[in-house]
Amino acid sequence: MSGRSLIAALAVIWGTAGWAEDIGDAARGEEIFGLCSGCHEVGRGAENGIGPHLNGIFGRRAASVGDGYHYSDSLRRAGADGLEWHLRTLDAYIENPKALVSGTRMSFDGLEDAGERADLLAYLRRFSDNPRDIPEADPTARKREVDLPEAVLAMVGDPEYGEYLSSECLTCHQSDGNDDGIPSITNWPAEDFVVAMHAYKRKLRPHPVMQMMAGRLSDEEIAALAAYFETIN
Amino acid sequence: MTLNRRAFIGTGAAAAVALSAPMVRAANHGKPKVVVIGGGAGGATAARYIAKDSAGEIEVTLVEPTRAYYTCFFSNLYIGGFRELSSIGHSYGTLATEYGINVVHDWAVGVDNDAKTVTLAGGAVLPYDRLILSPGIDFIEDSVPGWSLASQNKMPHAYKAGSQTELLKAQVEAMPEGGLFAMVAPPNPYRCPPGPYERVSMVAHLLKEINPTAKILIADPKPKFSKMALFQEGWQKHYGGMIDWLGPDFGGGNVSVNPDEMTVDIDGAVEKVDACNVIPAQKAGRICEMAGVMDGNWAPVVPHTMQSRMDENIHVLGDATNQGDMPKSGYSANSQAKVAAMAVRGALLDTKVFPAKFSNTCWSLIETDDGVKVGASYQATDEKIAKVDGFISQTGEDSALRKATYNESLGWYAGITEDMFG
Repeated sequence: MSGRSLIAALAVIWGTAGWAEDIGDAARGEEIFGLCSGCHEVGRGAENGIGPHLNGIFGRRAASVGDGYHYSDSLRRAGADGLEWHLRTLDAYIENPKALVSGTRMSFDGLEDAGERADLLAYLRRFSDNPRDIPEADPTARKREVDLPEAVLAMVGDPEYGEYLSSECLTCHQSDGNDDGIPSITNWPAEDFVVAMHAYKRKLRPHPVMQMMAGRLSDEEIAALAAYFETIN
Repeated sequence: MTLNRRAFIGTGAAAAVALSAPMVRAANHGKPKVVVIGGGAGGATAARYIAKDSAGEIEVTLVEPTRAYYTCFFSNLYIGGFRELSSIGHSYGTLATEYGINVVHDWAVGVDNDAKTVTLAGGAVLPYDRLILSPGIDFIEDSVPGWSLASQNKMPHAYKAGSQTELLKAQVEAMPEGGLFAMVAPPNPYRCPPGPYERVSMVAHLLKEINPTAKILIADPKPKFSKMALFQEGWQKHYGGMIDWLGPDFGGGNVSVNPDEMTVDIDGAVEKVDACNVIPAQKAGRICEMAGVMDGNWAPVVPHTMQSRMDENIHVLGDATNQGDMPKSGYSANSQAKVAAMAVRGALLDTKVFPAKFSNTCWSLIETDDGVKVGASYQATDEKIAKVDGFISQTGEDSALRKATYNESLGWYAGITEDMFG
């Protein structure tokens, strides 16, 4: 587990500094959108390209753009499970797409800088429904502030414990990697796994079974699972 | 890092090989011996995990009468026409060849708790250091007046999957146009799956296709049942008018049957029926009585290890147990089996034993692509297996979510059967 990427990933989940009522600087966001525009269109006349158009993205169910756009199985499953695009979920997705949707085809490494993400989202928010600034509306939703103790990041898990815990995964996830109906968890980088577990634990990812399973795992237990997955690298 | 099947299965073996010599090993009988009775979700999983994780250091014998095992879960889907019977049948070949488990197809007919031996109907006597009982359920005699095992071919229970399930489906298919199907539902606690209410949904689905004017009557001693709101919403939506549910307020708890006449008496009103599914009250499988681990109808267990409260050398799993809050499902038995397997290895090989964790999810199919689920996580307390957290599908969910839920159940079926049978 690389410490830096774990910290970056967890920062998304626990939140960082408090957010202002406004999302960010939309003008800067327009420049940053240059990173996205190779695949995504937004604004008047935007159409699906390599990626789906982004008009009306705020409040939209994941994988719900029509016009024959073909999503990955993973994103369609997340949408069916109830994933909706709001500030919190979009921020997590742009920060590390695979943390939120493991099998996404969006070929983007992620924007590490929270400020840049905020600016980009401020720009994209212009192309979703108004009014935008009432307290309960998407753009002004506050992120939760939770301090992540250093100890959690430094935690080294017990791989034997992780092996026992992993047996619970195999009641549903097939050990041969088949992914009909339930996603495969084989051949998965350990850190993606840990980030995904925290995303379920924090209810960023929508699936109720996984929210329950991850929700009762302590930080030590997630570390133990990660340690076990490392041993079978 | 990669997590492939071989690595996943192989790691436990490698870890166990590295262990120092087992602490607990009687000098005169070689490797420690575990006998598992019952090859369902509890027994097959326990046998497989003990064999896999001890890498040959424990001799595992699995006693199961049938060579072809049909899972109770998804047997209702066969009735509805969503699965072939063969697709829910499994053999024990992989457990024998890949995991070195000694699979014996015979009935266990006796347990000597002091000598620690199991006697089989064929005469063999199997010594054990730990015995795991996972026999499932038997029926309580006379719980439905007029019905006995002798009448199971006229009014099938279909509560052990296989020929009984085939028979029930054939009888539904043979109903005259506009005929009546009755179900005598069981009192709590009962094995589920095969859930009675999913079964009604599947019978309704079949009748809607082949006999749409037929009716379904459920006589139920319980005032409410699991996922009741979801089923009632689904029945109204898909099968409006076909299904009548009579709870105890309408005499559903005062039922007798006459299999020869094909009649059902509900609180004094006699109905002529064309097919009838009687699901009697249940108790632990008979071997639990022979082993002296019963208290009332079920076998009480220590939640941390699934050990019998009567005999510390015996672990009991699944439907047969009285453990607390978990339902009597295959998923529960599979979950309990992993806790027991860890405890048995710990006792016999001195491997680490971690805090027990349990979980359960039960999916049900109401109509094509209309799946629902309920589930919970549990922890071991000294008193019982106690529910920690849970979830249930909501009424009014959209069709995409219901379809995803059904697809998920297909994935789960493949996952758990691979986890049981290798």
